[in-house]
Amino acid sequence: MLFAEGTANTINYFIAGYAVFFTVMALYLASLYIRYRNLKRDLEVLQEMEQSNEPES
Amino acid sequence: MEAKPRLLKILDGVTLTLFLVSLWSVFFYAPLEKVMGMVQKVFYYHVATAWVGMLGFGVAMVAGVAYLRTSNRKWDIVGLAAVEISLVFFFIAIITGSIWARPIWNAWWTWDPRLTTATIVELVYAAYLLLRQGIEDPDRRARFGAVYAILGFISVPLTFMSIRIFRTIHPVVIGNSDPTASGNFDMTAKMLQTFLFGLFAFSVIFVTLLWHRIRLGKLADQVEQLRLRALE
Repeated sequence: MLFAEGTANTINYFIAGYAVFFTVMALYLASLYIRYRNLKRDLEVLQEMEQSNEPES
Repeated sequence: MEAKPRLLKILDGVTLTLFLVSLWSVFFYAPLEKVMGMVQKVFYYHVATAWVGMLGFGVAMVAGVAYLRTSNRKWDIVGLAAVEISLVFFFIAIITGSIWARPIWNAWWTWDPRLTTATIVELVYAAYLLLRQGIEDPDRRARFGAVYAILGFISVPLTFMSIRIFRTIHPVVIGNSDPTASGNFDMTAKMLQTFLFGLFAFSVIFVTLLWHRIRLGKLADQVEQLRLRALE
């Protein structure tokens, strides 16, 4: 590579590098969203359960 | 759960804009490196993601110290959030580094001091997440997390310094490189501007993601408290 003359054709590696970046970031952002949505749902259910378990005064 | 703060909404917009400008500068503003060709452009985000990784592990260490001093669980949430985000970014840095290395070093991987120490860092913090899950008591888990984040951080400066103190083929971007390093290049003014802007943009991305992840952590904590109360 370093002894090669002219500019090397490395576009495939460039595409692979940025594909990894965008894929991993997209998966992480999706995981954040899904976990947030699920936790919100859990919170609502638990709050409802707590309210229904409270003794009537 | 409180509504999304207005400042966070603004920060989301600013972060997206900075990211798009950074992407544009990598793709269109920075010139093509004459020897390596297009793969050199991977370097901009390789370094930026590694930087965010190290930054987050540092934040986790500071949060660990703060937790041990105050026993306030909010610091545990901050520490966990920082480690999780940094693991993702550091993983990207390792993989993109490997992709860059293939045409430049003619190998996907070599057990060079930098690559070895970076792998150790990733494994140390992956273990942090796994070990936390095995502890049920929230206070014990937070204490363990704080001590682990402080001790685990020793691996971070070791990784940063590895290319400066050991004989290595990994290029040094900031400071003098080992003459035997393979893949060195001098940055033109436009390359340097793109590189520095990328570092800045990724630092802002880290802050924004950290804020979102802390909100998620608070919500998880709330759910856990309610679950424990329901079991009593």
